[in-house]
Amino acid sequence: MSQKVLLSANEAVAWAACKAGCTVASAYPGTPSTEILENVAKFKDAINCEWAVNEKVAMEVAIGASIAGARALTAMKHVGLNVAMDPLMTYTYVGANGGLVVISADDPGMHSSQNEQDSRNLVKFARAALFEPADSQEAFDMVIAAFEISEKYQVPAFIRLTTRTSHTSTVVDVGDDFGPGKVERKPYVKEIKRYIPVPMFARPQRLKAQDRTAALRAFANETPFNRIEAGDRRLGIITASVTYQYVKEVFPEFAVLKLGFTNSLPAELVKKFAASVDRVLVIEELDPFMEDQVRALGIPVVEHATELNMLEMNPARLMALRKELLGDVDVPEVRRADAGLPTRPPVLCAGCSHRGVFYTLAKLGATVTGDIGCYTLGAFPPLNAMDTTICMGASIGNAFGMEKAGMKGRLCAVLGDSTFFHSGMTGLLNVLYNGGKITTVVLDNRITGMTGHQQNPGSGKTLCGEPAPVTDIGEVAKAMGFKRVVRVDAYDLATLERVLKEELDADEPSVVIAGGPCRIAAKLMNAGTYEVDAAKCKACGACFKLGCPAIERGEMSADGKRFKSHIDPVQCSGCDLCRQTCKFDAIKKIR
Amino acid sequence: MKTMNVSLVGVGGQGILLTSDILAKTAALAGLDVKKSEIHGMAQRGGSVISQVRFGEKVYSPIIRDGASDLLVSFERLEALRWRHLLAPNGRVLINDINMTPITVSSGQQPAVTDLDARLKNEYPGALYIDAMSLAKSVGNTRAMNMVVAGALSKLTPFSVEVWEQAMRERIPVKLIDMNIKAFETGRAAVNY
Repeated sequence: MSQKVLLSANEAVAWAACKAGCTVASAYPGTPSTEILENVAKFKDAINCEWAVNEKVAMEVAIGASIAGARALTAMKHVGLNVAMDPLMTYTYVGANGGLVVISADDPGMHSSQNEQDSRNLVKFARAALFEPADSQEAFDMVIAAFEISEKYQVPAFIRLTTRTSHTSTVVDVGDDFGPGKVERKPYVKEIKRYIPVPMFARPQRLKAQDRTAALRAFANETPFNRIEAGDRRLGIITASVTYQYVKEVFPEFAVLKLGFTNSLPAELVKKFAASVDRVLVIEELDPFMEDQVRALGIPVVEHATELNMLEMNPARLMALRKELLGDVDVPEVRRADAGLPTRPPVLCAGCSHRGVFYTLAKLGATVTGDIGCYTLGAFPPLNAMDTTICMGASIGNAFGMEKAGMKGRLCAVLGDSTFFHSGMTGLLNVLYNGGKITTVVLDNRITGMTGHQQNPGSGKTLCGEPAPVTDIGEVAKAMGFKRVVRVDAYDLATLERVLKEELDADEPSVVIAGGPCRIAAKLMNAGTYEVDAAKCKACGACFKLGCPAIERGEMSADGKRFKSHIDPVQCSGCDLCRQTCKFDAIKKIR
Repeated sequence: MKTMNVSLVGVGGQGILLTSDILAKTAALAGLDVKKSEIHGMAQRGGSVISQVRFGEKVYSPIIRDGASDLLVSFERLEALRWRHLLAPNGRVLINDINMTPITVSSGQQPAVTDLDARLKNEYPGALYIDAMSLAKSVGNTRAMNMVVAGALSKLTPFSVEVWEQAMRERIPVKLIDMNIKAFETGRAAVNY
């Protein structure tokens, strides 16, 4: 009997991969895509799954499995797809053997990303197939279809999710007798004209890739994932993805061309739909990906002043559009009560092992190129200890570039262990090779923290919780040829200051590994409690500079000008940093 | 039934996502169409958190429009003001009677709100308040605070206690379930509606 389950689209992808007989899955974590592999791991008996060190490697592992004839899946956030583009661009020439499904989770509105980019452009660029689910049921159905399409047309097949689909749970019918699908691995035949695209072989493959694009266009016109929903023909709306849901809510009475398969765009179906309605309106999230192609078919599209092509789509924005186009709705006045409210930004946890490093770097007046992770929060007041953040692994190249440009002073790159393994290693080697003198600090907490504590090559465990070799970052640096490699306890402020000062001022490149566990992952959030002795506290404010959420303003000092500090016993996790900043011995451990 | 829109707001770490999970499961077990949408990631580190649950015969958008939440559940007092714009004109409000000082205030970067009581009273004259922290302590575990709130919230939904409990059993580990159900019942008993 058919089984109905409440699943997020991320979960639905994992369930579908299992049902479709996928046997290999590889990914690097990144919000909003992370839960895909975490849920694939629940089917680890059927699917050989792993955290790769980065998205490019994940893509290469999945491609290798596809070449071997297996059904394979890789998943990443939109910026991760940038990293994985190189192998993808060529594999679309080679053509998939076993089905290859790629999940790209975009983050419109940048809920937890440094940019918002529309992955659909990259999918078109790579000549791959593209599905855009509007809810978890579609994500489930489309992943299963994507494996079939990938094999039938020999193309990598993409599922484009967005934060709103990835993290929305909806009811999914997973079918009768849900369980791992059994699909025979396709034979691998050695075939250098196909798998080795040196120029003389790549040229004919280029032509084949073109044929596949044409075949996909035919498929797009026939698949039931692209459908016309009848309605008032005075306006016809072309839409896809979760945006379809907002259209159904705000423009319920009009005809809709609901597209689930958008690369290639179904030209014939679009023309047929356009011919059946008075005016065509295209509503999509982020870039005018479909709209530009519809216009290129010679179909006039309704123009409007309401901006829809950036930031996250929502029903309120479509209400504004409807008001502009039809004038038959009022965008209701909404009462607000947040004037003057203090903000509640994310902060480094109480006791975070990154805090002491940023506190010290700020004290030393270093110019800090940062990276992607929890530690990006070191940029904010009161730490103010970061100058730049560009992308995964960029910290090292950025600091070195500053040095090359002639910037003086203490130049320091800061990145986490997982980011170091992801793409910091190559940048580090470049510093050594090209005679740089910058200091690289690796915040080694042995976990991928920001995305919710995933294992990595430094943590000693795999995605499935099996033991794994532990890679020592200091030994990696030494093997590269770095002479100055220092490991320091991230909770020892005096040593941190001495070591960082020494290394920043050294006339050679150096690597400092600041070690300390992630307190959430290591279950240390309740490891101890400290207290401020108000009689001894001179209200000097030194401990406030740590920016610890457990340290609050306490009573007023005798001169009535400053606040003494107070420690919230619930939030304090007993890291000891504040005690080390106090010159008056006013802070002590009570538990 | 008409689609019901519930917004749950508060501070990272308060158990909001588990609560909205259980609400969504309850609605699904009751045979309704349901969508539960949440934003996490950066929000995990002590920031503001929001989760939205919609249920009814057929639900399209996972996002609830501003001014369209039939029920606003705030796990913290200040956050209740921050998300005022979500509430529908005749919507109900449930507030967990607890203050969590934002770091921007405790560190002195931004001024504290000194007239919070008056502002809450003015915005939400008919709000239900629940002291979920004290009630959770009374059942033996402050970490069950979210299930105390869930119990109070259950009074404002059309679902029976049995369905709520079934959803909790599907979502909460066996060794913690009795304590959580006790917390839920305590919360349910604590509000009159």
